[in-house]
Amino acid sequence: MTALLDIYRAHFKTTIASQLQYRAALVIWLIGMVLEPLIYLVVWTTVARSSGGQVGGYTPQDFAAYFIVFMLVNHATFTWIMWEYEYRIRQGTFSAMLLRPIHPIHSDIADNLSYKLLTLSVMLPTAIALSLAFRPAFHLVPWAVLAFIPALVLAFLVRFLMEWALALAAFWTTRVNAINQMYFVALLFLSGQIAPLSLLPAPIQAIGTALPFRWMVAFPVELLLGRLQPEEALIGFAAQVIWLIVALALVHVIWRAGVRRYSAVGS
Amino acid sequence: MLAALHSLVRRRFQAVTAVAGISFEVMPGEVVGFLGPNGAGKTTTLKMLSGLLHPTSGEVSVLGYTPWKREKAFLRQITLVMGQRNQLIWDIPAIDSFELNRAIYRIPPAEYRRTLDELTDLLELGPLLRKPVRNLSLGERMKCEIAAALLHRPRVLFLDEPTIGLDVTMQRRIRSFIAEYNRRYQATVLLTSHYMADVEALCRRVIVIHQGSLLYDGDLNTLTQRFSTHKTIMVQLKEERTADLRAYGEVVAYNDGQVTLRVPKSETASITERLLADLPIADLTVEDPPIEEVIEHVFAQPANGMEATP
Repeated sequence: MTALLDIYRAHFKTTIASQLQYRAALVIWLIGMVLEPLIYLVVWTTVARSSGGQVGGYTPQDFAAYFIVFMLVNHATFTWIMWEYEYRIRQGTFSAMLLRPIHPIHSDIADNLSYKLLTLSVMLPTAIALSLAFRPAFHLVPWAVLAFIPALVLAFLVRFLMEWALALAAFWTTRVNAINQMYFVALLFLSGQIAPLSLLPAPIQAIGTALPFRWMVAFPVELLLGRLQPEEALIGFAAQVIWLIVALALVHVIWRAGVRRYSAVGS
Repeated sequence: MLAALHSLVRRRFQAVTAVAGISFEVMPGEVVGFLGPNGAGKTTTLKMLSGLLHPTSGEVSVLGYTPWKREKAFLRQITLVMGQRNQLIWDIPAIDSFELNRAIYRIPPAEYRRTLDELTDLLELGPLLRKPVRNLSLGERMKCEIAAALLHRPRVLFLDEPTIGLDVTMQRRIRSFIAEYNRRYQATVLLTSHYMADVEALCRRVIVIHQGSLLYDGDLNTLTQRFSTHKTIMVQLKEERTADLRAYGEVVAYNDGQVTLRVPKSETASITERLLADLPIADLTVEDPPIEEVIEHVFAQPANGMEATP
C-alpha cells in the first residue's frame, strides 16, 4: 500500500511537471471546458425567461446553479484516456508500459488525478466568477451535500473505468475515433450535459437511467442541488455501485483479451 | 477500387510465420549476439523472451518464468531496451522519469542512489539528467534510456539495436558500458545489432537467425570458419615484379608488390605451397575474410541450406 502511494506520488510529480510544460495548451483546453456549459447556460436561461420565468421547474438561477455545478463535476470525472490509448498502441509506447511490474491503470488514475488537482486552481475561480455573473440559486440540503462526496467519488470511478474499458477498443481497431464520437454523443444527451435530464423527453430519460451515463455525471449534480429525494438518492447509489461492478468486470475481461491480442499480433 | 471495396467488406488475414523452430539456451552471465538481416525475426524473438509476444506454439523460460505471463517478480528482473522506442517522459528531465521508475520497481532509496551514481558515472550522464528529454541529442537520450532501463539492476538484459543511429564514439561508449555492466553484475545480455563491431566487441557467442529459423549458434570465431568458403592470401613480393598471379586465385588487390588473393578454403594449403615454390616471396599471410563478408555470404543463401549445429 505504501509502495503504491509512493508510485502515485511519483506520478503526481511527473504529470504536473509535464503539464506545466504546456501551459498554453492547458489554458485552451480549460477554456473549452468552461465555454461549453456556459453556452448551454445562456441558451436555457433565455428559454426560461421567454417561457414565463421557468422551464420544467428550473428558473434562470436554477439553470445557473445546475450548469456551474455540472461544469465542476464534469471536470472532476472526465478522462482523455481514449485518445491516449490510440496513441500508445499506434506509437508502440504501450510495450514499455506492459513491461513494468505494475498494472498500467495505476499510472492513468494518477495522471488523471494530478491533472485535476492542477486545473482545479483555474476551475474554482472560474466557477466563482460565473456565480457572480449569473447569480445561481443553491437550495442546499445538509444530508444531500454530505452524500454528494461519495456520489462524486463513485461517479469518477464508474466513468473512469467505463472510459478505460472503451479505450481498450484500440487493441482491435486502429481507428477508434468513430467509437469515441458515438460515445460522446450519448454522453452529451444522457449524462445531463446538454440539459438537466428531467427536461428531456420521457423515453430519453428512461434510457439515461438504464445506462451508466446519468450516474457518471448528472446524479451527483442533482444530489448537490437538492433536487433528489432520499429514496432517489439511494437508488442512485445502488445504480452507481452496480455500474461500478460492471465496469470493473468489463475492464478485467477486456484488458485480458486486449493484451492477449496485442501480444499475439505484436506492435 | 473494386479491390478496396472488397477488402472493406471482407478482410483477409494471412498468417505469417515470423520465427519457427528456434531453440537455444543461454547461461547466466553470458553475452549473446543475435545476428540476422532485417525481418529475420530477431526483434520477434526478443519480444517473446521479454513477454511482449505470445508465441503460437513452443516453450520459453527465462529465469524460470514464462515471460508472457508477465509476473511482477519476472518483470523486476529483466529489461528490454529498444533503440527506436522510448520510455522516458519527453517533456521533463530524465531524472524525474528515473524517480518514477524507482517507485514502480520499488528500489530502496539507498540502493537507488548508489545505482544512479554508478550509472551517471559510467555513462557520463551528469549534465544531462536535469535537461528536458526532448532537448537531448539522440545519443544523449539513448544513454538516459539505457540508464532508466537498468536502475532496477535487471539480471537479464534484452537489447534491441541499442546503438542504432549513434555516432562511432557513442557506439563505443555504449558498448564498453554494456561490457562493464555484464562484468560487474554477472548479468545475462541478449543483444541484436546491425553493427558487427557491437557483436565482435561484446559477444563470444552468436546466434544467427535467417528467415525466421536458426542458422547458427556458437562461437563467433567458429562462425567464420564454418561459413567462409574462401580465405585471403596476402603476398608481399621480394622485388618490384609484375608477376601474373591470376593462375593462383582471384586477385582482389594489387599494389606495390603486395597482392591479395581470394582462394577456395580447401585449396589454401596447396596454393600457398605453389606460391612459395614459384615466386620470390618476402612475406605471406593467410587470413579469414572479414566477419561482415561472411555474414553477408551466409544471408545470401537460402535458410534451409545449412545445418544448425553449434
